[in-house]
Amino acid sequence: MARRQDGTHGAWFLVLPALIPILLLSVGPLLYGIALAFTDSQAGRTDPTQWIGLLNFQDLLRDTLFWESFRIGLVWAVAVSVPQFLLALGLALLLHQDLRFRWLSRALAIVPWAMPEVVVGIMWRLVYHPDAGVLNETLGTHRDWLGSLSTALPAVVVVGIWARLPQVTVTLLAGLSNVPRELHEAAAMDGAGAWRRFRAVTWPAIRPIALAISALSFIWNVNSFALVYVLTGGGPGGRTRLPMLFAYEEAFRYGQFGYAAAMGCVLVAVVSILLAVHLVARLKGDDEA
Amino acid sequence: MPSPVPGHRGPGPSPGEVRHHRTAGRRGPTARRRAARTGQYLALLGYLVFLAFPLLWLVSTAFKPPRELASLHPGWIPDHPTLDNFRQAFDEQPLLRSAGNSLIASLAAAVITVAIATPMAYVMARHHRSALSRAATGWIVVSQAFPFVLVIIPLFLVLKEVRLIDSLSGLIMVYVVWSLPFALWMLAGYARAVPRELEEAAAVDGAGRLRVLVSVTMPLLTPGIVATALFAFITAWNEFFFALVLLKSPRKQTMPIILTHFIGTEGVADLGPLAAASLLATLPSLVLFALIQRRITSGTLAGAVKH
Repeated sequence: MARRQDGTHGAWFLVLPALIPILLLSVGPLLYGIALAFTDSQAGRTDPTQWIGLLNFQDLLRDTLFWESFRIGLVWAVAVSVPQFLLALGLALLLHQDLRFRWLSRALAIVPWAMPEVVVGIMWRLVYHPDAGVLNETLGTHRDWLGSLSTALPAVVVVGIWARLPQVTVTLLAGLSNVPRELHEAAAMDGAGAWRRFRAVTWPAIRPIALAISALSFIWNVNSFALVYVLTGGGPGGRTRLPMLFAYEEAFRYGQFGYAAAMGCVLVAVVSILLAVHLVARLKGDDEA
Repeated sequence: MPSPVPGHRGPGPSPGEVRHHRTAGRRGPTARRRAARTGQYLALLGYLVFLAFPLLWLVSTAFKPPRELASLHPGWIPDHPTLDNFRQAFDEQPLLRSAGNSLIASLAAAVITVAIATPMAYVMARHHRSALSRAATGWIVVSQAFPFVLVIIPLFLVLKEVRLIDSLSGLIMVYVVWSLPFALWMLAGYARAVPRELEEAAAVDGAGRLRVLVSVTMPLLTPGIVATALFAFITAWNEFFFALVLLKSPRKQTMPIILTHFIGTEGVADLGPLAAASLLATLPSLVLFALIQRRITSGTLAGAVKH
């Protein structure tokens, strides 16, 4: 007890410069945002904003456009995160080997990572361009990849995978450095095949970091905005209208602040539940280990 | 926390790795091993192609004259490479001014973020069992999960109330708070790596608390502070969503927003200048990122999970 007092005693003046902005510009707005979800707040409204209880949430339940974007958001997040993780895991194992040109892939991997998301979107627009795009030229097709109903979402998903593949790969690669080499060699001596060595030695060692990065990348994808905003703007016909794009339009195009805030709350709830499930799985795994 | 990560040792294989593979080679049948190696190189090639081809296409488009851009069979290498697209990009959109805006916003955000995060991160590292430190860690984790839209609507309303909409100051405030969680996370890691014994030794020698901080702790923390500042700079330089919501007049807008102006309302873009401007917008963050990349990957997630 005395020790803790000693710790915080001199520390307050060190903490305040960060604590004040966090409370004023992060925690405060967050609570305000949750409160807004229960009001009829609108842009350019003259009469005072009123509490309307759960009305926004009831409207959301009936809003087919919202459910459509919610569904697209889930499909998008899963379709990007899962292949991205599997590819990254394979690549990390590959790059962990002593291969030539490994340096090249490391050097190249920096680029997508450091690029503004807007530029990533623009770049892929050029790739997918119906006339001047490299994809049609290479395949000998003449498709409008981002503009047609059937290909828009898959085309955008590929970009999503591309954009963070290096990030996930390098993180897993860092995790692989935890794998005790002696253990690996001992297992090989005992005649364990590659798969058994992976299951028994590699995976347990990288499991925590793999769970962390997969959870993070899922959240990043649920919250995606800039990439798809630039690629398709949510079109064609709303096929790529992710929840964030939908909420952005509601709030800043139609001025429905309360309604958009309610949408944000639903997203938070869903992400939290998924995270909780993920964490429980992680804790359970640690118990077994 | 900035633990050495073998993955980042650099291009060459380490002695340990070489030995490992030689023993493996002596044991296994060579033909099978060679086949496996070929497969590995093919996979690596596939990865490199997947990574590189959009980038190369962007570069190629940026240097193509209009006639080649309009041709039905665009080639990889421009027949008549030109810098006209770059010139035209500056003519069409206020690129220089937007770059200036981006520079001001990113620099200010980076400096302020680090200035306010460093002391708190130090406290978090030294008293990591305190309630404050736990609350801060919780906030860092939670802040990763929140849809920005839930935060931006109230921020928009509040900033409008105090007339900070459409101003770089308002944007900078948002950027600072947005970079804070990650900055605290990184800096607390660096601060943990500063040996407590050094501080205690200086204190025993009669140095005051502030003196210890300034002459012992700060110098050791400086590389971490610089890396964190550069990271905050890149984050702000690349940021799009908040700038889109908060900046309305073209005079104030940052570079990512101006880039989207090259794409017209109908989605019809002037491809050459668009590609040229995009390349220019990427360069600063690319250069800075190359400088700090090792610190970010090895220093953050890997370190955090290990601790």
